[in-house]
Amino acid sequence: MSELVLTDTQELRASARRVANKRILNLGIDAFLVLFGLLMILPLVFLVANAFKTPQELLRWPPTVIPTNPTLSNVQAVLADTPLLRWVFNSFLFAILSTITILTTSSIAGYILGKFPSRTMSVLFAIILATAIVPFEVYMIPLYFQIKGLGLLNSVWGMLIGYLVMSFGIFLIRQNVIHSIPDELIEAARIDGAGEFWIFFIIVLPLLRGAMGALAVLAFFQAWTAFAWPLIVGTTRDAYTIEVGLALFQTGFTVDLGRLSAASAVVLVPSVTLFVLLRRNFVQGVASTGLKE
Amino acid sequence: MLKRKRWLFAIFAILPTLAIYLWVRIIPIEEVLRLSLHKWDLLSKNKPFIGFANFEELFHDQLFITSLINTTIIAFGVLVITIPLALFLAALIHHRTRSRFAGFYETSIFIPHVVSLVPAAMAWKWIFDARLGPLNAFLGIFGVHPQSWLFDPVLSIICVIVLCSWQALGYAVLIYLVGFKNLPVSLFEAAKLDGASGPQSFWFLSIPLLKPITLYVSVVTLVSGFNVYAQAFVLASDAQGAPGRQVRVLVLDMLENSFRNYRIGYASSEAVVLLVIVLVLTLIQFTLLRERGRA
Repeated sequence: MSELVLTDTQELRASARRVANKRILNLGIDAFLVLFGLLMILPLVFLVANAFKTPQELLRWPPTVIPTNPTLSNVQAVLADTPLLRWVFNSFLFAILSTITILTTSSIAGYILGKFPSRTMSVLFAIILATAIVPFEVYMIPLYFQIKGLGLLNSVWGMLIGYLVMSFGIFLIRQNVIHSIPDELIEAARIDGAGEFWIFFIIVLPLLRGAMGALAVLAFFQAWTAFAWPLIVGTTRDAYTIEVGLALFQTGFTVDLGRLSAASAVVLVPSVTLFVLLRRNFVQGVASTGLKE
Repeated sequence: MLKRKRWLFAIFAILPTLAIYLWVRIIPIEEVLRLSLHKWDLLSKNKPFIGFANFEELFHDQLFITSLINTTIIAFGVLVITIPLALFLAALIHHRTRSRFAGFYETSIFIPHVVSLVPAAMAWKWIFDARLGPLNAFLGIFGVHPQSWLFDPVLSIICVIVLCSWQALGYAVLIYLVGFKNLPVSLFEAAKLDGASGPQSFWFLSIPLLKPITLYVSVVTLVSGFNVYAQAFVLASDAQGAPGRQVRVLVLDMLENSFRNYRIGYASSEAVVLLVIVLVLTLIQFTLLRERGRA
């Protein structure tokens, strides 16, 4: 009898130890992941910190995360030296216009390709997917000459032409149309005498809100971070996007770290804020890129 | 009658998008293929057809070969760092899904993937800086002599690989997390009942089950690695500030040939080489996936 009690308590102790071990292990994993996450964002934290440091403090070791005598002189100098705000505006306009056109083309094409099944549509969809395999860098040069022929070099419009459509967007919307919009719904609307346009705008579009949100964030960041294309289309100082402007600014002869960091921070802070706000949309959108066969 | 009306709507609605595709995707792709077989130096009026002469010249062009080698090293370097690390991190994050910090893990690892490339590269430029950079100061603690990271041909390639991996990691982790969430829970419970430890079921269950995801992420990582440009442009400027001198990559060589040397046909043939690389990688992915499906 007493023996039995003994094994019971032993087992209890053993399982308590197991639970404790597990908790320690989980704590260790948490600590590791927190540390790793901090290391990942550390370069960006330092960049923002450096933007507000005096030249003396920039040289200090170990580098400070919070500047001891924060100064705005770097930011002021950059704003005086470069049309930084103009570049930000160009990037913003480019990204917004590209997002709007990608949303428009993707929603219409995705809906048609998803809900009007036929051999023609399958072939068209296959062609659209096939062009997605070809990286933009491959056909950038002929596209550049088309823009040049239209006289659209050095303008946001010229840049926009490269980013009017997004194959993945069409794929994403088509996928959503097929899975989340029942044929019966559309048929019922048709029987009630609804026109095709009405069906698309009043029934289909509201149901695609989630997917469109994810796509909008993807499209915006894609244009916002574009580099090679804006670099070749925009060749005058006023036509640069912020990415191009910064990249060319930093190749100058006198590279002042404080100013570079200030310019970078001006760009970084809003885009990181935007990302953290839209994180869910973004993660959903990117995660669905992995669902491609 | 009704059916025809519906069809007309479909055709008219999709036509503008198709026209845009033709204009900004299909025609440029066709043009690049055509130009690669022609000699066109922009200044000259006529563009004679020269067959594969551009390609023949490419493979005797020392600059091109250097760029091809550098780009390949970068692409595979990023792959080798990113994939195992991402798998490992995703497993840990998945294991700690209910942790209070789960949101922080995902966000912090993913932020480098979305921030504008050039400012992020600037941060690394400072880290690698020979005189001011914290990397040299840090290594100094262990008695390592300061290195001129961004001015040495070998070290600067490593720097580009580090920067690209830092950016690629978030995407790979995210895709792996989706993969982990879709794994059959029952299988892992059965393994647990049979006495499999956590690491064991990771090694013998998760990794084989995640193979299609690994394949997908690897190809995406490699393809974007072969298109590397901005990272090399920002990190590897030479002492005079000429971008990308230390690490010549394919896209850089291509743009230089077309906009500095005005050799459009020649640059197009480089673009075609890039296209072939990407197509081969994609083909490998599809074949391997199909084989898996049959087995």
